[in-house]
Amino acid sequence: MYKILEKVSLNPTVSKMVIDAPLIAKKAQAGQFVIVRAKDDSERIPLTVADYDRENGKVTIIYQIVGGSTMELDTLCVGDCVSDFVGPLGKPSKLENLKKVAVVGGGVGCAIAYPTAKRLHELGCEVHTVAGFRNKDLVILEDEFKAVSDKMVMMTDDGSYGEKGLVTAALEKLINEGNEYDEVIAIGPLIMMKFVCQVTKKYNIKTTVSMNPIMIDGTGMCGCCRLTVNGETKFACVDGPDFDGHLVDFDEAMIRSSMYKDFEVRKREENCNLLKKEVE
Amino acid sequence: MPNMILTKCPMPVQEPFVRNKNFDEVALGYTYDMAVEEAKRCLGCPKKPCQSSCPVAIDIPSFIGRVAEGDMDGAYEILNQSTALPAVCGRVCPQETQCEGKCVRGIKGEPVAIGRLERFVADWHREHNKDAVTPPKSNGHKVAVIGAGPTGLTAAGDLAKMGYKVTVYEALHVAGGVLMYGIPEFRLPKNIVQTEIEGLKALGVDIETNMVIGQVLTIDELFEMGNEAIYIGSGAGLPRFMNISGESLKGVYSANEYLTRINLMKAYLPDSKTPIRKSKNVAVVGGGNVAMDAARSAKRMGAENVYIVYRRGMEELPARKEEIEHAEEEGIIFKTLTNPIEVLGDDNGEVIGMKCVEMTLGEPDESGRRRPIVKPDSEFVLDVDTMIMSIGTSPNPLIRSTTPGLDTNKHGCIITNGDDGLTTREGVYAGGDAVTGAATVILAMGAGKHAAKAIDEYIKSKSK
Repeated sequence: MYKILEKVSLNPTVSKMVIDAPLIAKKAQAGQFVIVRAKDDSERIPLTVADYDRENGKVTIIYQIVGGSTMELDTLCVGDCVSDFVGPLGKPSKLENLKKVAVVGGGVGCAIAYPTAKRLHELGCEVHTVAGFRNKDLVILEDEFKAVSDKMVMMTDDGSYGEKGLVTAALEKLINEGNEYDEVIAIGPLIMMKFVCQVTKKYNIKTTVSMNPIMIDGTGMCGCCRLTVNGETKFACVDGPDFDGHLVDFDEAMIRSSMYKDFEVRKREENCNLLKKEVE
Repeated sequence: MPNMILTKCPMPVQEPFVRNKNFDEVALGYTYDMAVEEAKRCLGCPKKPCQSSCPVAIDIPSFIGRVAEGDMDGAYEILNQSTALPAVCGRVCPQETQCEGKCVRGIKGEPVAIGRLERFVADWHREHNKDAVTPPKSNGHKVAVIGAGPTGLTAAGDLAKMGYKVTVYEALHVAGGVLMYGIPEFRLPKNIVQTEIEGLKALGVDIETNMVIGQVLTIDELFEMGNEAIYIGSGAGLPRFMNISGESLKGVYSANEYLTRINLMKAYLPDSKTPIRKSKNVAVVGGGNVAMDAARSAKRMGAENVYIVYRRGMEELPARKEEIEHAEEEGIIFKTLTNPIEVLGDDNGEVIGMKCVEMTLGEPDESGRRRPIVKPDSEFVLDVDTMIMSIGTSPNPLIRSTTPGLDTNKHGCIITNGDDGLTTREGVYAGGDAVTGAATVILAMGAGKHAAKAIDEYIKSKSK
């Protein structure tokens, strides 16, 4: 059992938890993930390590409530324990020897982009962050990003905060202003990563994306998280989750990610009804 | 006077068209009287040919002799000397090619039902014997085992009995490996697996779940923690696919994923939180035991038509005969001499069919099996909405990629020095699927047994 030390709501559907997990905290690196099971009959949920504190043995996760399982995780409070917490999984991001990088985060993907930006900053790299959200209410980690970015552009779809528009427009503007990036790192919804890659392809800038397909074991056994990269089958859990964005088949990944959409919506409604009953 | 009847006492089973709708165990097990009668068929051959072909070398005639006398505790003691998981072996071993294959009674008639008797004794012990196990006296040495599957648990059990302090590191949230995530409930009930694991814990074995060695701790760190030897039993790894078009469509599973969802994550229970596809027509590609498990599971999940699609013929199916028979009885349709060449999908990316070709068998290839050849102009479409690929696995890369000096072959399997499982690193032993590629539970257990002996000799020679 792994104790929840802190829990903070970042926006109406996104929360942050700090978990007591000293062994994982000792090893975790930017880009890696953990698998969480809220209760002993819960699903295994893969979540990126959002931050870690090696000295105090703490690992931070940030999750968005999308289905029954994340909703169940969100019912737990400080002092409760999650049943299982395993990691660090996946390969760490390769961030060494980069001089100037644009980090592009979209929505809850910013939770994954933040440790990357932070690590780049620590390594002395010039970091330009583009963070995009649907609207002002959904903005997360703004102060954290600012603290590790040399330049920060905030975008919202409806213009309620920062500039109105998509992250791709902001990125293209930065490139056109003469910023020469060694690499662009894009983390967010598949559709966002796909379009970021289309922009960077045009300018021939190396682009890394962090893939988050459906997983079960997350340790290289079940093959559920497979995706096609440069025509080859790869497994996000052991070969990734970072891949060269110009080689990823995003259309296929988008189809695969919708496999259990109906089930998730149904389960979430069932959970809501159960919670409602409890309240009544 | 032995019982000279030529056939085995039949195993009571659930009726095929009842059992193909539930996940309860298919084979119900012998009664006490059946077990005693069947045991009396054993001639007690002094040369014990059965024992020589058992990967864990159980003294078979002796345990069966005790069953014939009604001494079930005595029979269990004999099993216990050689196997840590008798209730498992009795259910899933391919006895027909091992112990029973060498049984003298099989020359004229059917061999003694050794597997069924082993299962009976283990089940009898579990149900009747509540004596607490006393852990053996500690010898002061520590060993780490990676993976709580059949090979790791066997090695752990044997080492614990010798007095070693053993810690087993398991990546999943529950111990048992393939016994928990792979083999279905109807063939191997999970409470039986867990009871056998509890038995190991009573011997003093520590099992740490949620520990992915290679990631959270390396082999080198396990040595720094005071372990004098390490046994790697990390199992088979990632599923193979055929690299044909459409394999990423919604509705294409690997057998590992399909079975993991059902077994480990309990997707067969009505209130399960784990999603699984509601399938009508399912094709399972492959002909091994895993393919049979996937097909029979799909049937139980409510599929109307379930096909086994295999490129060679019925004779060449690598699965155990009993599994094939059970599958046929349950209504699984065998489409042998058939090979998929493309998975067809609709605009939403859902599987709507599988394009196949018919095959014929040519000359034997290097594996000794007749090579399948495509029959010209034989293309046809099989109407399926789900496809389960069960064509093998390739070893997990996590340990080999983080352990300097641990050599692997071109397939990624860990290289060992023959029987005792010693790898290219001093003090590091390996066995089971991580070494052999996908094989059987009992071969993995045999490897664990040999490695435990070798580890004991290594540590003893070192401390001299």
